[in-house]
Amino acid sequence: MARRTRVLLAKLGLDAHTIGVTVVAQALRDAGMEVIYSGLKQTAEMVANAAIQEDVDVVGVSSLSAAHMHHFPKVIEILRERGADDKLIICGGVIPEEDVVTLQAAGVDRVFTMGTETSAIIRYIEERMAERNAADGA
Amino acid sequence: MSDIAERVLDGCQVSAARVIRWLEDAEGRGVSAMKTLHRHSGRAHIIGITGPPGAGKSTLVDAVIAEFRTRGLSVGVIAIDPSSPFSGGAILGDRVRMQRHATDPGVFIRSMATRGQLGGLARATFETSVVLDAMGQDVVVIETVGVGQDELDIAALAHTTVVVNVPGFGDEIQALKAGILEVGELFVLNKSDLQGADQTEKQLILMLHLRRQAEDGWEPPLLRTVGPTGEGVCELVDALARHRAHLEATDGLARAVADRSEHLFRELLREHASERLLSMAASSAELNGLVDAVRSRALDPHTAAQRLLDTFVVARE
Repeated sequence: MARRTRVLLAKLGLDAHTIGVTVVAQALRDAGMEVIYSGLKQTAEMVANAAIQEDVDVVGVSSLSAAHMHHFPKVIEILRERGADDKLIICGGVIPEEDVVTLQAAGVDRVFTMGTETSAIIRYIEERMAERNAADGA
Repeated sequence: MSDIAERVLDGCQVSAARVIRWLEDAEGRGVSAMKTLHRHSGRAHIIGITGPPGAGKSTLVDAVIAEFRTRGLSVGVIAIDPSSPFSGGAILGDRVRMQRHATDPGVFIRSMATRGQLGGLARATFETSVVLDAMGQDVVVIETVGVGQDELDIAALAHTTVVVNVPGFGDEIQALKAGILEVGELFVLNKSDLQGADQTEKQLILMLHLRRQAEDGWEPPLLRTVGPTGEGVCELVDALARHRAHLEATDGLARAVADRSEHLFRELLREHASERLLSMAASSAELNGLVDAVRSRALDPHTAAQRLLDTFVVARE
């Protein structure tokens, strides 16, 4: 049985907008990925814990309420502390350009801002998974 | 590889999650770890929760976790959702209903896709329950996909199977009686605050009376619950503990543990035997010839299968 890509999608902070994350979840499912959706109003601890227990390859976090600078780096920090930082971290939402560099410096692999096509997200994940599987000899 | 098994035995969530991943992806490393972990399992109470789609299983599991936690027990959860038959992908959303346990170190929740497996479970469900047991969870709760009549694999896996029903499923109960009503040790009427609950309860009581008596003398109780408020959940967890005690008192637990091991052994044997045979035969002239013969109706499928087996399986005698 082949390795199947597992992705956690979570909404961080006080944000109740679900349409974007639902669209992304369905697109990833249709691309053959297993998407774990953990819900709204997640804290960094909740997201990190879910990422660990589900042993996902990709953690996708989104926030439309300007909470990204606080929460996203915290998720990465917890994953590092617990020795589970081998995951691809992507984020989306309303994220000003000047914050992108800061997030990437904090360990976010890729920021997808508003207007991104779902196909671009899929392509990015597939490419990175192919690289990783080649490196693992899997 | 024994290192990671050691870390699982110490309760490390990162390691347990990784071993489960290997098992799901059928990687050999998972099997190596299992050889150690299996020896250290057999202690947890394995509980199955099954029922039709929309019966409120996830919400009920959430309430059951909370009740076990107030009693000081740690809980492992395996929540299964279907894979898409088209893309093979899945959306696993059971965690949404269990959010309040997301940072509780005594709760480990794993979402799992069926990946084409029939029977209401995922292929790695059984082994995952062994991992959670070995890592020290006192209770392992397995939530099946929403089931119809015939998805009864959970009964072979769980010590105690809970069948969840909801009001207004009168006709479905008729349909269920030949399958799922025969395997449950506990019956729950969830959403029992809805209209029609009393009538459904009466029908269920009637079905349970008509049911064949269990050999070990256990009388399956019927309980009313309301998932979101937690009403009746304390009584449900009491009943789970009573069934566990009943198993212990009647040697049923030792038998259930032994049955589980034998079941896994037979499953693995079937899986590996067919895999090995098919990979031996994969591109052989014999197989291709037989496929052509079956397609053109020159041979019937039974005879063709028998011929292939005769070619590739060397009889022991």
